[in-house]
Parts: sequence; structure tokens; C-alpha cells
Amino acid sequence: MSEHDPSDPISLHRRRLLQGMAVLPFTGLPGLSFGAAPPTAKVNTTGLAVTDTTVTVGQLHSATGTMAISETGSIQAEQLAIDQINAMGGVLGRQIKVIKEDGASDWPTFAEKARKLLVNDKVGTVFGCWTSASRKAVLPVFEKENGMLYYPTFYEGLEQSKNVIYTGQEATQQIIWGLDWANQTKKAKTFFLIGSDYIWPRTSNKIARKHIEQHLKGLVVGEEYYPLGHTNFNSLINKIKLRKPDCIYAVVVGGSNVSFYKQLKAAGITSAKQFLLTISVTEDELLGIGGENADGFYACMKYFQSLNNPNNAAFVKAFKAKYGPKAVIGDVTQAAYLGPWLWKAACEKAGSFDIDKIAAASPGIELKTAPEGYVKIHPNHHLWSKARIGQIQKDGQFKVVAESPSLIEPDPFPKGYQ
Amino acid sequence: MSMTDLYNITLMQGFAGLSLFSVLLLMGLGLAIIFGQMGVINMAHGEFMAIGAYTVYLSSVLAERFVPGFVQAYFPFAILLAFMVAFAVGWLAEWALIRHLYKRPLDTLLATWGLSLGMQQVFRSTFGPKEVSPTLPDWLMGSWSPSEGLDIPINGLFVMALTLLVTGLVMLALYRSSWGLKVRATVANRPMANATGINTRRTDRVTFAIGCGIAGIAGAAFTTIGSTGPTSGSLYIVDAFLVVTFGGAASLLGTVASAFGIAQTQSITEFFLDGSMARVLTLLTVVVILMIRPQGLFAARIRK
Repeated sequence: MSEHDPSDPISLHRRRLLQGMAVLPFTGLPGLSFGAAPPTAKVNTTGLAVTDTTVTVGQLHSATGTMAISETGSIQAEQLAIDQINAMGGVLGRQIKVIKEDGASDWPTFAEKARKLLVNDKVGTVFGCWTSASRKAVLPVFEKENGMLYYPTFYEGLEQSKNVIYTGQEATQQIIWGLDWANQTKKAKTFFLIGSDYIWPRTSNKIARKHIEQHLKGLVVGEEYYPLGHTNFNSLINKIKLRKPDCIYAVVVGGSNVSFYKQLKAAGITSAKQFLLTISVTEDELLGIGGENADGFYACMKYFQSLNNPNNAAFVKAFKAKYGPKAVIGDVTQAAYLGPWLWKAACEKAGSFDIDKIAAASPGIELKTAPEGYVKIHPNHHLWSKARIGQIQKDGQFKVVAESPSLIEPDPFPKGYQ
Repeated sequence: MSMTDLYNITLMQGFAGLSLFSVLLLMGLGLAIIFGQMGVINMAHGEFMAIGAYTVYLSSVLAERFVPGFVQAYFPFAILLAFMVAFAVGWLAEWALIRHLYKRPLDTLLATWGLSLGMQQVFRSTFGPKEVSPTLPDWLMGSWSPSEGLDIPINGLFVMALTLLVTGLVMLALYRSSWGLKVRATVANRPMANATGINTRRTDRVTFAIGCGIAGIAGAAFTTIGSTGPTSGSLYIVDAFLVVTFGGAASLLGTVASAFGIAQTQSITEFFLDGSMARVLTLLTVVVILMIRPQGLFAARIRK
């Protein structure tokens, strides 16, 4: 099965297989996943749901409720990764079985379902959560029951746990390099910070303000928060016109985004006249906003669907083959896709499904097959990854215009930024 | 900062207030008719707005696919269609649900809330959980700038004009048409209206459906300023109820005045403070005024 024939219709799986093999030399256990499966008693000493042929994992996202809008992409990406891993032989010779639970956009439900997955189902790991609120709700459960969670969303940082691998960027990774870029390339000196009113935008803007004032010697001319779901930004837009910032720094989330960009355009603030940098708009949000309402503005993320590399080409192709040609892939969707691959690599490095061994084996694990390029797990359980600037295009995609020269170290507890 | 700049921003801020006023009025109008004239607490009001918005979205998708030349012109027709669809669904809901509950006004609250949850799930299953936006004609987007530095949003102007039109028509219908006469007679004294030969059941059904239809228009108009998702309706409902209760339940004039008051308070405080603070202050003001005047700004003068 290792011959590579590009004309073969199932060559996609084979390419994945080859890429998967590329990971093996770094795991220290070459060939384990293809040989005879190691005995269950050896790889599972803590009573997880592992048999001689299968290993059961959990998936915990909101399939219903307000957050379903955002979490659907993550559910799809994790399922795709699991299918691909199964097609190339599974993990430690075992096929992955998934138990899907619905957190229903309700944080206590998340905690309850997490307990069910860990205590009743004894799953090997969980891929899930999206909002910080849901992660905070399940964290005590994962720590008490000693489970493992792969969390995909870029978030505010200020957290680190033995029981969580954070596959998205923490705040400093997303913010600092982006602001430096705005300062150097766009000569931005004055900034207007805007956010939805909850923990992530507020923490992000706090870091941004410190960086602007202390390191860029710039000026924050406004910092404003609006309730989630707010749809009327005309007064804010007038304030922006009054203060004339070099850069609008936007951390607006959800449906508010659509109103914000439509009204900016309607008020004559377009990319021709104004530089805007956001850390909260991905391809998913652009579906709602419409590329034509925001074209020319910039976003700072670690991943864009338009990234030009062979890993990403294969990923986008497989994703569209499974979920239809119109499917779009945002930053978090890609981060969710990394989860199962990182878990597989950790199991193979540890030679075990035991949570403690996986947690200990995770730091240093590399993924050369990541669609975003190359990632590595830091001892603080976050990922080393690059930051990129994309410019919004009319068709709802991004054009990548800049990329950090090297991987950025995750720093969930940044000194001098709190 | 020059004087012209200040002058322009004052003008634009004034317009922002007026534009919020028309949004709130359009939101509250359908509810005012149903709640004010019939005493039915329609918790599914927001979902009827979402029906309007989804109708526009569907029309835009269909127009793009089958008659691309029509994309610049479909919008007014889509609004009419939104009214008709919401009207029809409202008619159906009244027939199936509401008419059995007229004697139990608090139960209408539960029943319509259930209806709203059901409708949200229908939207989710039909259109998917993601938020959608229709492709808007180019003439609706962008701004009108009569002078340098002065930008008036065209979508705001459009919503304003539509609100004026709809409010005018509703006033006209309520105070000048035979339907309006029947509605007012039914509100004032149902048994007596019945006795004079007015079919109050039919009047109720038409009134409810018209209220829903206007909600549909509101939803259609809001596609120009926001997006539509399965739960969008629940965002609107609070504001709609705020406007109607603050204005005084049985008075259309009260709804207009209350929408104006709330919009101005909100947009002025928003300019000088921050969005969340403005919201707090607006709500506090409304609460204090309602404590002093529980019947709302304008109370209907009905002999009890």
C-alpha cells in the first residue's frame, strides 16, 4: 500500500499515508502503527475503552444552539482526520471509534457530557469545545477524571493544564506579531480597539494596548466594547471618524461582525481610505459578512484556506471531497484537524493510550503534515506556530500577504502584558 | 479637528439616531398591533422577522441562479414576498394555535414561545446553523456623500423610507379602513362588536397575520444591516418588547414616541460612553420611567 500512483482515484488516502509516515521517524517508534498491534494490556493500563482492534474517543462540540454556527467546521475537520487515520491503519494498530456528544451551546451541558465521556465511556481522548466558557466548564472535569482534551480555538491564554493540548493560538501569538507588522508595513501609530464584550476580546485588547503603548510607542485613541449580538454600530463609526485612527483593531465576534462590516462600508469606511486589522474574522465569518463588504481589510491568523503548500492542498481537497465544493475552512477548523493527528503521534511516541504517558510524551511532538505547515508542541501544551496576515478578497477568501519568519513561541502567561 | 468635521459628525450622529429609531419602530410595529390590539404576547415575533429575512435570502439565491439580470432589482419584490410569506404563516399559526387561547393571555406567551423554538429548529434544519446574508443590489450598499467628509449610509436611508411607508400605511389602515374600524371595535368591546355583526374571529385572524407580515417586512429590511441565523429572532425580540411596553401597549403613537426616545438615548450615550454602558443607561432610564408610569408613555383611553 505504499506505492504512490497519482492517477489512482484513492491516491488521496495514499498521499495521507505517506505524509503520516513522515511523522514516524520523529516519534521514535517507527513502524509500530503498521506492524502487529501491541497487546491491549500493555498499551492500556488504566482501563480506557481500548480493545484489541479499536480505541474509542469522544467528540464534544455544540451541534445545536447559537455556537453550532462556529463549531460545525471543527466537528467536520476532526471527523475527516479520524477517517484518514483509520484508513491508514488507525492508532497503535487500532481503529478509532467516535462517540459524539452535543454540548448544545450550554456550558453546564458541556461539563455533564465531558463527565459522561470520561467516566461512563472511558474514552481515550476528547476532541472538543470551542468557546472559552465551554473549556472553562469542562476543565475541572478533565483534571479530576484525568482525561485528555484537544482544544482547537485561538483563545485568550492565561491557562495551562496537563490535561489539555491547545491546538489554536494563544493571544500573544496572534496579536503581537500582527501589531508589529501593522506598525512596520502600514506605519500605524494610532489604534482604535473594538471588541465584543466578553473575556476573549477584552484580554486580547489588553495585550494589544500594552504592546502598542510600551513597545510600538503608539497611541490607543479608543477602546470600546459592545454586547454580543449588537447590530447597530453607527455611533461607533462616527467616533472612529472623529478620532481618525491609523488602524482599526477589531475583535468583534459572531453575528455582530456582519452588521459591523456592512455598516462600515455603508458609512464610507472602505479599505481604500482606512486600514483595518482583525483577529476575529476567518473564512467562516466571511460567509456571513460577504467578501464584498470587507474586501481589502486584513486579518491576523495562523491559517488561511488559500495557503499555498502541498499539505494544505491535500487537506482542502479532502475536505471539499467530503463536505462539498462550497465548504470553507477557517483557522479553527484547521486547528481542529490537527487534534487527532497530534494525539496519534503522542500515543505512538508513548507506545500507550494512558493519559499520563500521552501528556508526558506530547511536548516536542512535531507535525510536518499540518496544513498550516509545521507545528510542534511546547512543554506548556500549546503549539509553536507561525502567524500570518491575510487580506480579504471579494470572493470570501484571503490573500496571504505576510508570514512571520519563524515559529512563534506560545506564551500563555505573558510577563508585562497583564 | 476643524469645524466642518465637527459639523459633519454631528449630522451623521443625528442620522445614526434616526436610523436606529426607524429600526426599532419597524421592529416594534408588528408586535404593537398584535400585543396592543389583541393582547396576545407573541414571543415568536422575532422568528416571523427571521422568516422575512430568510425569504429575502432565498429570493437572492434564486435570482442569482436563474435570472442574474434581475439581481439589481429583486429586492423590493423580495420585501413584498417576505410580507406575504410571514402573513401566511401568521394566518396558519392563529388558526392552529392562538385562537384557542384568547381567553388565557398568559398561555399565549408559552404557546408562542414554543412556536418560536420550533421555528428556530425549522430554520436550522432548512438553512443550516450558519448565518447567511443575501446578495444585496449595489445601489443599496455604500454611502451618499453630499459633501466631503459627510457620508450618509444608503441602507439606513432605505430602512428609514420603508419604516415611514409601513407606519403610514398601518396608521391609515387602522384609522381609515373598515378593517381598522373592526379592529378598534373589537379591542374596545368584544361582545358589543360581536353583537353589531362584526366577525371578531375573522378580525383577530387578519390582525394577527398582518402583525406577522409586518414583522416579515422588518426582517427583510434588516438583511441590509445585519445577517440572518436560526436564532437571530431572539436578538430582536427584547428590543421589540421594550419599544412596545415603553410606548404603552394599546397605542401606535406611543410605539413611535418610545422608539424615538429609546433610539436617541441609546445613540447619544453610545457616542459619549461605550456600547455596553449605553445599553445599561438606556435600560435603566426605561425602567425608571416605567416605575413612575406603569402604563407606558401613551395609555389608551378606554373606559373600564
